[in-house]
Amino acid sequence: MSLDLALSHRRGGFTLEATVTAPPGVTALFGPSGSGKSTILAAVAGLLRPDRGRVVASGRVLLDTARGIDLPPEHRRCGVVFQDSRLFAHLDVRANLRFGLRRAARRGRAGGPGLDEIVALLGLGALLDRRPAGLSGGERARVAIGRALLSRPALLLMDEPLAALDAPRRADILDYLHRLRGLTGGLSMLYVTHALDEVDRLADTLVLLDAGRVRACGPVFELMARPDLAEAFGAERAGALVAARIAAHHPERGLSELAFDGGSLWLPLLSAAPGSALRVRIRARDIALATERPAGLSSHNLLPARITALAPAGPHECLVVLACGATPLLALLTRDAVTRLGLDIGRPVWAVVKSVTLTGP
Amino acid sequence: MDTPLASVVWLTLQVAAGGVALALPFALACAICLSGPRRVWRVGLDALVHLPLVLPPVVVGWGLLVVFGTHGPLGAPLARIGLPLVFTRAGAILATAVMILPLITRAIRLSLDGLDPGLLAAARTLGAAPLDAWFCVVLPLASPGILAGAVIGFAAALGEFGAVITFAANIPGQTQTLPLAIYTALQDPEGDAVAARLALVAAALAVGLLLVAGRLESWLRRRVNG
Repeated sequence: MSLDLALSHRRGGFTLEATVTAPPGVTALFGPSGSGKSTILAAVAGLLRPDRGRVVASGRVLLDTARGIDLPPEHRRCGVVFQDSRLFAHLDVRANLRFGLRRAARRGRAGGPGLDEIVALLGLGALLDRRPAGLSGGERARVAIGRALLSRPALLLMDEPLAALDAPRRADILDYLHRLRGLTGGLSMLYVTHALDEVDRLADTLVLLDAGRVRACGPVFELMARPDLAEAFGAERAGALVAARIAAHHPERGLSELAFDGGSLWLPLLSAAPGSALRVRIRARDIALATERPAGLSSHNLLPARITALAPAGPHECLVVLACGATPLLALLTRDAVTRLGLDIGRPVWAVVKSVTLTGP
Repeated sequence: MDTPLASVVWLTLQVAAGGVALALPFALACAICLSGPRRVWRVGLDALVHLPLVLPPVVVGWGLLVVFGTHGPLGAPLARIGLPLVFTRAGAILATAVMILPLITRAIRLSLDGLDPGLLAAARTLGAAPLDAWFCVVLPLASPGILAGAVIGFAAALGEFGAVITFAANIPGQTQTLPLAIYTALQDPEGDAVAARLALVAAALAVGLLLVAGRLESWLRRRVNG
């Protein structure tokens, strides 16, 4: 389901002016707190009426202030997973899960996953007869996700569903969401977060928000490789996100070989089956460049590439954009190194990848 | 003291229960109207609801006489359809209901204000229309507060005096509740013993009620919150 929205909203000192066009899939709204992510989500869900705006989901107009259209939340078919779960304390888990399901059935919405399917997917079997008050944070988050999925939404809205969880629970739910992403075929998500690893793991489209404005909106792989946006992701973690799949395992060497559009990457042995798709992040500061093929390297990953752009980063450094086959990569070098090596656009180089970060198990 | 003790107690319980039953829907409606952002009309309604709490009860009784008296704007039509209020048990119930309305409203409003408005929003996104969401989410979650309001209202109703005696008079077997019976006994120079007995019964009733109510409320709270 595609999403088209243009919103204009002003409250106190905060102004939101956002235009987003997103194809079907997972669209992440990413930015620091106060950037307007949750305001956008609330406006899509119908929980906040913007001063002016238009929200169209798969051609269905949910809001158009110019034409006086403003569907109430119960008719928008937007399942929302709130950061604080918002389970109903007076109902057990089963009744919480059935809350949206029953009302969707009453409105004649057939199809979509059933209770048993969702219970199995999210591992809720042992919780069905319990009340929310007795659940842990992770269990609550899972029930909230299940409840939203069972309301037969056309669009799933997630408002930092993991922000209130501790690290192990967070990884756990992130796995569930990742599984969901693969399973739901057709169900799109609008996912609000300020955690880069969630974006890496889940997003197809990235909307970068800053102080109520859209700084950039586009395919996640493209945006991650843009030097002008690197500082938004944090100097420590900025770098390219690469879609790859496991080509082969080499247990005798303790390595797995990943194929991506531009070559292969070698990683310490992985557990996923050959053929599985995964994403890796190659941080800009983990790439060194050489103008000639280096010999005697300990690094497993040496990629031929071509320089496509150079952009200053801070007073003494420079971000070099590389094309490695069809895959863009970012490298952070000192300006001195750039001058010393005479690096310029079009120049073929060797990228020495010092380390590769997996975005999931 | 002509009326037997049991019938005084029975009448008192009837009037108190009737008062709570009559006040509860109005209190619920007032609490719903009052919970929400501060508006001029809310402040006005709030003051109006609280009038019986701050006015001398005798003034409330007199006000009821003016409105619900035999020739009053509401009393006359009611008398015509066979529901005379002045000097009747129904009148005692009405006076009691008006007096306890602010107490019940406050208790319910407190529990409504304590609810997370996000739950209502969540119910709406799950496909519940506003009324549906209200009955299936807000009302059950507020039920311990509503019970608490009813209990405090009932306890206060047992002791209502000024408004009842002004509006419904002090008719044994009709409108003479426990406090009125105690008052009557005290008018009699020989009535101290009767008054003391009645006072003891009133105290026992109140304590018993509070114990039962406490149990009931904690049971309901456990049921609602899991």
